[in-house]
Amino acid sequence: MASNKKYWKSVEELKDHSPILETLRQNEFVEAIPTDEFLGDEQTMENSSTSRRDFLKFVGFSTAAATLAACEGPVIKSIPYVNAPDEIVPGVANYYATTIADGFDFANVLIKTREGRPIKVESNDMAMHNGSVNARVHASVLSMYDTQRLAGPMIGGEAASWADFDSQMAAKLNGMAGKEVVLLTQTFASPSTSKLIAEFTAKYPNVKHVVYDTVSSSEALDAFQNKFGVRALADYDFSKAEVIVSVGADILGDWQGGGYDSGYSAGRVPKNGKMSRHIQFESNMTLSGANADKRVAVKPSDLKKIMNALNGGSTSGLSDKVAEAVKNAKAQLNAAGANGVVVCGAEDVACQAMVLEMNANSVVMDTAKPRMVRQGNKAEVLKVMNGVMNGSVKGLIAVGVDPVYAFPGKGFAEAFANLELSATFAMKANATAAASQFVGATPHYLESWGDAQIKKGYFSLQQPTIRPLFDTRSFQDTLLAWMESEQTYYDYIKDTWASILGGTSWNQALQDGVFMSDAEVAMDVAGSENVDTTLEDATSNGAQDGASSGMELLLYTNTAIGDGRQANNPWLQEMPDPITRASWDNYLTMSAADAAAKGIINENVANGALNGSYAKVTLGDVTLEKVPVYIQPGQAKGTVGLALGYGQTNAIQKEMQTGVNAYALYNGFNLMQAGVQVEKTSGEHEFACVQLHNTMMGRDIIRETTLDVYKDGDVHDWNPIPEVSKDHQEIPVTSPDADLWDPFDRSIGHHFNMSIDLNACTGCGACVIACHAENNVPVVGKSEVRRSRDMHWLRIDRYYSSEEDFAADTKKKDDMSGLFGDNGSLGGFGEMEDPAENPQVAFMPVMCQHCNHAPCETVCPVAASSHGRQGQNHMAYNRCVGTRYCANNCPYKVRRFNWFLYNENDEFNYHMNNDLGRMVLNPDVVVRSRGVMEKCSMCIQMTQKTILDAKRDGRPVKDGEFQTACSNACSAGAITFGDINDHSSEIYKKKKDSRMYHLLEAVGTEPNVMYQTKVRNTKES
Amino acid sequence: MKKVTHRSLTTRLSLTLLALLLSFSTLTFGQEPAAADAVADAAPAADLGGDPAAGKTLFNANCASCHKLYAKATGPALFGVGDKYEKEWLYKWIRNSQELIKSGDARAVAISTEYNGAVMNAFPALSNEDIDNIIAYTYTPKPPPVVPTGATADAAGGGGGGISSDIILAVLALVFLMLAIMLYLVNKTLKRIAVANGVEYEDKERAERLPIWKAFAQNQFLVLVSAIFLLLASGYFAYGWMMQVGVDQGYAPVQPIHYSHRIHAGTNQIDCKYCHSSARKSKHSGIPSLNVCMNCHKNIAQVGDKTYQEGISEYQIDYNKEIQKLYDAVGWDRDNQRYTGETKPVKWVRIHNLPDFAYFNHSQHVTVAGVECQTCHGPVEEMEIMYQYSSLTMGWCINCHRETNVKLESNEYYAKIHESLSKEYDFPTLTAAQNGGLECGKCHY
Repeated sequence: MASNKKYWKSVEELKDHSPILETLRQNEFVEAIPTDEFLGDEQTMENSSTSRRDFLKFVGFSTAAATLAACEGPVIKSIPYVNAPDEIVPGVANYYATTIADGFDFANVLIKTREGRPIKVESNDMAMHNGSVNARVHASVLSMYDTQRLAGPMIGGEAASWADFDSQMAAKLNGMAGKEVVLLTQTFASPSTSKLIAEFTAKYPNVKHVVYDTVSSSEALDAFQNKFGVRALADYDFSKAEVIVSVGADILGDWQGGGYDSGYSAGRVPKNGKMSRHIQFESNMTLSGANADKRVAVKPSDLKKIMNALNGGSTSGLSDKVAEAVKNAKAQLNAAGANGVVVCGAEDVACQAMVLEMNANSVVMDTAKPRMVRQGNKAEVLKVMNGVMNGSVKGLIAVGVDPVYAFPGKGFAEAFANLELSATFAMKANATAAASQFVGATPHYLESWGDAQIKKGYFSLQQPTIRPLFDTRSFQDTLLAWMESEQTYYDYIKDTWASILGGTSWNQALQDGVFMSDAEVAMDVAGSENVDTTLEDATSNGAQDGASSGMELLLYTNTAIGDGRQANNPWLQEMPDPITRASWDNYLTMSAADAAAKGIINENVANGALNGSYAKVTLGDVTLEKVPVYIQPGQAKGTVGLALGYGQTNAIQKEMQTGVNAYALYNGFNLMQAGVQVEKTSGEHEFACVQLHNTMMGRDIIRETTLDVYKDGDVHDWNPIPEVSKDHQEIPVTSPDADLWDPFDRSIGHHFNMSIDLNACTGCGACVIACHAENNVPVVGKSEVRRSRDMHWLRIDRYYSSEEDFAADTKKKDDMSGLFGDNGSLGGFGEMEDPAENPQVAFMPVMCQHCNHAPCETVCPVAASSHGRQGQNHMAYNRCVGTRYCANNCPYKVRRFNWFLYNENDEFNYHMNNDLGRMVLNPDVVVRSRGVMEKCSMCIQMTQKTILDAKRDGRPVKDGEFQTACSNACSAGAITFGDINDHSSEIYKKKKDSRMYHLLEAVGTEPNVMYQTKVRNTKES
Repeated sequence: MKKVTHRSLTTRLSLTLLALLLSFSTLTFGQEPAAADAVADAAPAADLGGDPAAGKTLFNANCASCHKLYAKATGPALFGVGDKYEKEWLYKWIRNSQELIKSGDARAVAISTEYNGAVMNAFPALSNEDIDNIIAYTYTPKPPPVVPTGATADAAGGGGGGISSDIILAVLALVFLMLAIMLYLVNKTLKRIAVANGVEYEDKERAERLPIWKAFAQNQFLVLVSAIFLLLASGYFAYGWMMQVGVDQGYAPVQPIHYSHRIHAGTNQIDCKYCHSSARKSKHSGIPSLNVCMNCHKNIAQVGDKTYQEGISEYQIDYNKEIQKLYDAVGWDRDNQRYTGETKPVKWVRIHNLPDFAYFNHSQHVTVAGVECQTCHGPVEEMEIMYQYSSLTMGWCINCHRETNVKLESNEYYAKIHESLSKEYDFPTLTAAQNGGLECGKCHY
């Protein structure tokens, strides 16, 4: 029966004879469609020569033409050399040993070149001390192919020739006799450059050489110089340490030039029941704090007191908890004797002198062969800055540094622009170059000659690996030209090295890239005489005494951007910070308590991405208006942190102009600043954070145990094999009965496995960048990362504990019963989502686990994902149709989908969108297109090459020959790769190690990647 | 209907005639340059004080790397050198030219200057008699360019073959035409006789009979079957056509320099890997850089006469001009025997193009597996113009991997695999496929 209900659309319908209703009944649309506007204009219609039929013809014809054209293959030209160089064989990589010494990062590296193009940076294994081959060094090859580089010298903003540059500059310099000109350079740590600059300043006595480190280690240098008479930094070999007490020193970061992680990791892996104990006092959560066995959150102003207390002073002024920790640390240090070491990040000469004193008998510290990677002197640099601003300095020549961007002094930029002589030697038209009269375009380190003495007695050479891409000339060559020398810098280095090499051949040293010699080389900067401690104390940093009100700020350099000289590098911008997991940004890190007090929030919005409040940061007369705030677990209360190196606007692509310039707060070149006012301002910042869930919630992801349990406990207790139920019987998941599949015989040939030692991994991220470089991983940009479409094949997960440690998390989870109540799971799991105030932290690199029983393979409808007998899970991109079933079925979430075409696409204007940037692509790995799934291949191109090399030579593969990009890049030795069918191999030992476990083993995927249980040394006294 | 047949026959005939005409005209063109070159150089008056045959051997052993008889090479052309210099001088020069230059001999200095001070090896071991023999040999007159009799014969033979088949066709066509005319005439005559005899001639049957297409349309079964057949057939051909999209088998583009693999790899038996040396150690076989060409072509500025004629007549290519193209590209000044430094890199057209997503390594196949180049590239030594011999499709790769055995025995790398295989499986052989050569990731990454 039909319903009697009457449906109505408006009140009008209820009236009987509504005129509106009558009109509407006749018309389909309420308002007439304005067809006249486009059809009514007779004139336009008639004038148009395209009739409807013509239009259809055009459509049809162009479709047909496009279809036909698609069937025709393009004509590809091949242009061989006219005269081929001997060493270049197309398709075969050449390796050159060289050295990066850009003033911030110093390392001995190997450069892989293909057909004359450098494409990858690897560490030089021959170097006994190879500096810090970190993520930035790995990414430095891309900085050479930077479209923003200077193409040639400039005078007054106009392109000029080098001849004009030289003559005008010489005229200017000669005309300024008697007026003070400052040559402000980066630290070169170069014997030849030191000598050359000394000769130059001798010729021009009015030129004063001042070394300026953008992030200074001045106090440590002063203390060392006072004690040993050499301006250098003590070196530490943490592999020998039993107890490491770090007072505000980020020893795994960029502290004193960085590069300590390999030694540190060596000491962290338990051997014969022993591993080092690491106690960290710090305010920002750093990599060092995250890796420490015990982390104590303290304000920067407490560091000095802690040092005093450790040195035998009283613990007055410290909270009870900190005092207790200091007491324990001291006791452990004493117990460790010569194997204990104290390091300190306080910017205080007295504290640094204390460090040298306390470690005097330590086997960890090496003062006989100190490190030369920082030379700058704060007081001198301050004098220069003030001199420029008050007019006493008439000329400034900046080399490898960007004072206009990085000097904190207000008004420095204007004063610099008004100088009688302003010159810059830079690779890019940075802020200083933009304001300079003379700009000398310098080559990238991969294009030029050079030398370095990173550590005393450890010499290294820098050689070009490609012809200069632009009309550039190194600063040293320019100096030689100004001094009217006939020599090139190459000849000059050879002369300098004659005394270093002794009888050894130059070619041998060049091939090795490194050379050890006891030759004494003058490296001291002229004019840096002994510094009086008391004087330095007087000018020392007020922040360390905690005098003023407001919050304390600790500026830091983060893993990706460092001091900001490679800020235009998309790999580094997109690299997630190991601690915060946010990319493309810097932000104020703040404790949850402080944030709550100020009403500052971090929240996940509808698409899961992280948003945060802005804060206004004021220090003295400097104000940063809108600084995003990231709530950082472990941040000491009353303190905030902010990364340097962001907020550049000169010579940097729009997409890469991220963050705020924290150098404005770098008052007096001190990282620690007190009396900082932070208040919430309007607006929400959009973070590009790749990890949205921060806690492990008692899940069996990262296995942990303590050293005592590892030594004495039953392995089945601390590293159990998960069990599954079969016929109501619990059987281990590794048992063949628990297996749905028939096993393959993998005993013949190679079977690749990878082991990741969670004890050795510091989370530094070098592997992430190495993977990018090796596998042509695209950069997707901030907004895509926010949508969780980042393409990293290898990620480093970071977990916080929600109780004081992970063991307590697990206990809390296990103790839950019922839904409600004190132990109820509803409230309990909610609590466990929040990290603790000072949480335990663990890192876990996760890439494709190459499961022998891979869930992704079984669901692929087109068999694009398949398994190789060598253990690798293959991904045939050309076969993939993009259903993404595999990604959904992967328990490890390691598959990445190409949502867009990331190369040759203006929407993704990164290195793959320009000819220069594409030169970094690895020709052995395909560049994936839109609509296909991709993932870690376990660097099959590298394993295949190793196999082929062996076959060609007719020999078996030796252990250690098989490498992946990540295992190669890991200077900490956390990633081991090899063939487990070779029972003498390192990887086989790892497989049999009692610490070995597989990620989510209970799922039964049988991965070929294994992890080594993290062991913490929890011994308190 | 008859008319139509007739017309087609006419077309056929005229086409045949045209073909005949054309083939004759090419022949005429082919003969022209041969005739022009047939004028041989007159041999100069010779003072044959030695044995030219012995001289030839000596010349080839000692002099030929730098001297030619009739053209400049590293050193001057030696034809009739005895007329320019007296024997005594030549003995001195050949035994030790440097000494002669040092002594300040005007002519020696002159010749040294002319050749940019290029040093001629000293031949102290040559006796006067030897030198006489060589000088005698230098009087060998330039042989008249070989009249390309062989080529003409070939061309004529080839042409003749064409003519004969055309003639047969024409004769056949004629016979058919005659038969058709006869049939028509007979039919007409018969009709006329019938009419004359009063027989009623009417096409009754034709009027009543259903036209065949109508009958076909009415038979639904037949329509269905033929529709299915047509669909299947068109599907089959469409599939076949689509499968060859992007497969460039037989692709033989015109190259900027006409390089003949036939002459280099075939006639001269140069090993493939002499020029494509990186095939041994790299994934690329490598297009040789021009300096490799100059290893030989520094001395070979002209091809032999026979080869030259062959090029003209068979391929319409002047090989000497092609060598000159090489000189232009590499910047070789042939007259002064030196490099000018002005280079013009050659833009070869790449013939074998694998897609980016397929990884192929030459050294794996050439060095490790010992596969002959010809296995994939075909009879290169017979190719005047290089073309893509194989299809380079994935099926083609895989077939070979299935059939080819891995060389286990001689390679230490395989020792362990070989041992365990023979122990466990009693496998005498292992194909590439069984060794993982069919796994996706081995070629796609």
